[in-house]
Amino acid sequence: MSALSHLGRDLSAIVGERHVREARAERVTYSMDGLPTHRRVPDLVVLPGTREELIAVVRLLAAHGVPFVPRGAGTGLSGGALADEGSVLLVLTRLKRILRIDRDNGLAVVEPGVVNAKLGAAARPQGLQYAPDPSSQSACTIGGNVAENAGGPHCLKYGVTANHILALEVLLADGSLVEIGSPSGEPWGPDLVGLFVGSEGNFGIATRITVRLTPLPRAVRTLLADFNGLRTAGEAVSAIIAAGIVPAALEMMDQSCICAVEDSVYAAGYPRDAAAVLLAELDGRNEDAVVAEAEAVAELLRKSGARSVRTAANEVERERLWQGRKKAFGAMGRLSRDLVVQDAVVPRSALPQVLEAISTIAKHYGLVVSNVFHAGDGNLHPNISFDATDPAVKKSVEAASAEIMETCIAAGGTITGEHGVGLDKLRYMPLIFDAESLGAMHAVRRVFDPDERVNPGKVIPVHACREWASANLGASPRGQQLARAS
Amino acid sequence: MTILDKVTALLGEGAVLEAGTDRVPRIAPGSPDAVALLLGTAHQEGWRVRIEGAGTWLQSDAPADLALTTRRLDRIPAIEPPDLTATAEAGIGLDQLRQQLADRSAWLAIDPPGLAGRTLGSIVSTATAGPLRHGFGPIKDHLLGVTFVTGDGRMVQSGGRVMKNVAGYDLTRLQAGGFGAFGVIVLVHLRLRTLPRADVTYLLEGAREDLTQVGEDIAGAGLTPAALELVSPALARRERWVLAVRLAGSPALVAADEAGLGAASGGGRFSPLRAEEAHAFWMRLAEGFAVRPVTFRIGGVPSASDELLDLLQHQLGDEWISASPAAGAIRWTGDTNIDRLQRLRRTLAGLEVPLTLERAPWPLRGAVGHFGAYREGVGPLVAGLRRTFDPGGALVVATEGS
Repeated sequence: MSALSHLGRDLSAIVGERHVREARAERVTYSMDGLPTHRRVPDLVVLPGTREELIAVVRLLAAHGVPFVPRGAGTGLSGGALADEGSVLLVLTRLKRILRIDRDNGLAVVEPGVVNAKLGAAARPQGLQYAPDPSSQSACTIGGNVAENAGGPHCLKYGVTANHILALEVLLADGSLVEIGSPSGEPWGPDLVGLFVGSEGNFGIATRITVRLTPLPRAVRTLLADFNGLRTAGEAVSAIIAAGIVPAALEMMDQSCICAVEDSVYAAGYPRDAAAVLLAELDGRNEDAVVAEAEAVAELLRKSGARSVRTAANEVERERLWQGRKKAFGAMGRLSRDLVVQDAVVPRSALPQVLEAISTIAKHYGLVVSNVFHAGDGNLHPNISFDATDPAVKKSVEAASAEIMETCIAAGGTITGEHGVGLDKLRYMPLIFDAESLGAMHAVRRVFDPDERVNPGKVIPVHACREWASANLGASPRGQQLARAS
Repeated sequence: MTILDKVTALLGEGAVLEAGTDRVPRIAPGSPDAVALLLGTAHQEGWRVRIEGAGTWLQSDAPADLALTTRRLDRIPAIEPPDLTATAEAGIGLDQLRQQLADRSAWLAIDPPGLAGRTLGSIVSTATAGPLRHGFGPIKDHLLGVTFVTGDGRMVQSGGRVMKNVAGYDLTRLQAGGFGAFGVIVLVHLRLRTLPRADVTYLLEGAREDLTQVGEDIAGAGLTPAALELVSPALARRERWVLAVRLAGSPALVAADEAGLGAASGGGRFSPLRAEEAHAFWMRLAEGFAVRPVTFRIGGVPSASDELLDLLQHQLGDEWISASPAAGAIRWTGDTNIDRLQRLRRTLAGLEVPLTLERAPWPLRGAVGHFGAYREGVGPLVAGLRRTFDPGGALVVATEGS
C-alpha cells in the first residue's frame, strides 16, 4: 500500500485499472533507469494511453499537489527518471503514435513515447532520417531524448536533439498546455524550445513533438582504423578535424572495450591487440565527394600512426562494425554484474592526456574502466565495471567517478554531454556553475513550475544556489510556502 | 548628483562616451564586472537602461536614462584552432573577429545582416542569421555558452567551451534571440569550423517562380550548398530576381556540387563570381538590411515560401527581400508603419508563421514589439522569465510592444 493509494481509484478512472501500478512488486520494476547506482521506488506508477488521459492525470495531480516524474523507456543514465516516495511516476511509453510525416517540409509530429529507431524507420521510405541516434535508440523514446537533449555517434555532423526539435506542445505542472516553437523552427519570441530541450523534465511534459527530418545520405563510407596507443588515436582525431573534414561520426574504443565486444555476440572483427580503434564514417549526398573525403581521412589516419585502415566493403560489413560500437555497453555486461556508464566532455585537444589520466585513476582504485566514446566531439564515456553488492567497491567507483569528473573539468570540460545531470551529477554542478548561475537556473525552473512538482530534486542542487526571487513564486499555495521559507 | 556624476564615480571617466543626438548618457563599461556594477546600480536607482553595441544595427533611440554600450568589451580571450572553439567578448566587431579567426585558419560560419563592424553581442542577442543558415544552421547552433548580466546586476554563466554540454538548463538558447530582455550578454563561447578550402558563389537570374523551382531541384539533386538564397532585384541590384548559391567546404565536396549545379539549373546558366565579386555580393546583401528603417524576419515551412513571398509583396511591397526557402526563412527590409506591420503579423500568425521585428525606429518597435502573437500560455512564461532576469524592469527592450 503506497502513501498515494488514495489517488489510485481516481487515476484508474482516467487510464484504466490495469494502467495504474500500486503493488510494490510492480513499482520496484521502475525503481532504476540505466544507471545501477541509484534506486527509488515510486509510490504509484501510471501509464496513460492518450494525450487526453495524460492531461487529465496531470490535472488531478495538480489538484492534489502531488509531485510527479515523467519517464520514457527508462534507458537514461543519470537517475533522472526516478520517482521518490510521495511522487507518481508517469510512464509515457503508451503515447507512441507518429502523428504526421511531412516529406515536403522535412518534419514529423510525434507523441513522446515514440521509440527513436521507429521514427527513423518510418522516415526512411520518404528518403528522410531522424539524425540523433543515441546508442539506446532501439528502446529510448523521443520524449526522453528531448528531456535529456540526447546525442549519439552521428551528432558530430548532424547535431544533437536540440538541433532537431522545431516545436513542442508542453503540458505544464498545473495541467495547462502551451505551444512553443513553430514548424519552421523560428520561435514565437524567445527560444523556449531551446530552453525546454534538455531541461530533464523539470519544466513539464512534451506531449507533441515536431522534429526536423533530414535527407538520407546517398553515399556512406565507414572506415576502421586501429592504433597501438590511445594517445595516437586521439591525435588522429585532431588531425581529421583540423583538415576541415566533418565526418558523420568519429568513434573510439579502447582495448578493454574492444575485447568485451569481441567476446560477445556483437563481435565486429575489431583487432583485439589494438590499444584503440577508431570508427570513422563519412556520408553525404554525392558519391564522388564522399569517396574523396573518405580517401583523405584514410590518408590522415595512416599519417597519424594507424596500424591499418580498412573500409567496410558493403552494408553488411558496415552494420557489423556499427553493431560492435552501438552494443558495446551491452557487451561490457560480460565484464561484471554492474556497469556505470559515465559521461563527460573535454576539448578535443585534451583527449590524449585526459584518457591517460583516466587510466591512472582506474589503476589507483583497482577498477576496470573501458572507454567507448564520441571522439570527434570530445564526449567521453568511461565505463566502470564493478560489483555493486560490494560496498567497498561501490565506494571506490564513486570516488573514481568523482576524480574522473574533476579531471575533465580541470581540462576545460564539463560533467555531461548527453546523459544529463539527473540525480547522479547533482553533486558536480557546483564545480562548474557558481551559486549565482545555479540560482538563475532554479529561478527559471520556478517560472515553469512554481511548486517544483515535476521531477523534483533533479538537475539543480538547490542548497548550492544563491537565492533568486522568482517571478511566479507565490502563485500557488506550495509556492507561497517556498516563498516564505526563502 | 546627476546620473552621469554617479556613473562617473562608479566606473571612471573612461567609461563615459559622448552622448548621441538624444543626449542620453552613453556608458561603455570596460569589463563584465563593470557591466554588473552598472546594472546593479541602475536597478537600485530605478534607472532605465537601453543596450547598444556598435550602434550599427538597432536604432539608438529607445527612451532611457542611460545607454549601456558593449563596445569596450572587445577582447578575444581565446581562440583554440585544434578544438575549433573561441571565446570573445560581446562588443567585438564581427569583422575583427573574422580576421583574427582567419589568421588561425578558423571560421565562424555566420553571415548576419548588418554592417561589417556589427558586434557579436548584437548578432547573438537578436539571433539574426544570414544566408549561411542554410548550410550551417541558425545563430544558436554556433554557440557553446554565454555569460550575461541580468537587469539587476547578477552575472550568470551558461553552457561552456566544449562541443556538447547538457549540464543545467540551456540559458544560452534563451539569450540567443532574447533581444536583451533577459540580460546583457558580455561573453560568448563559439563553435568554429575550419576555414573552407574551397568557397565559390554562383548566381542565376530569372523569374522568382522559376528560381524557386531551381532551388528545389538543387535540394532534390542532393547538392549541399552553404547558402541558397533568393534575392529580390532591388536588393541584388539586378534586373531580375537572383538565386545565389554558395558552395563552401572541402575541394572534393565543392567540386562535386559544382558539377551538379548545371544539371539543376532548369535550363538557365549559373554565373560564377570571382572571389572579390562574391565577397562584395554577400557584403552588399548583408548591409542592405541595415540601411532602411525597418527590418523583420519571418519563418515558414519551405512549401509555404512562395505564398509568403506573395503575401509580403501584396501587403508591403517586395523591393528588398532575401529568402532562404529551404530553411524557411525570409527577411524583408523597407519602410512601413505600425498598422501595416501589426496587420501582417496577425495574418502570418493565422498561417502559423512567426514574425520577429529585428530593427525599427522606437515608435514602431515600441508599439509592435520584437515579438508578439504568442501562442496560448506562452505570454505568461515570457513575462515570468522577464521578471526573473530583470525584476526592476531596468532594461528597455520592446518585447511584445504596447
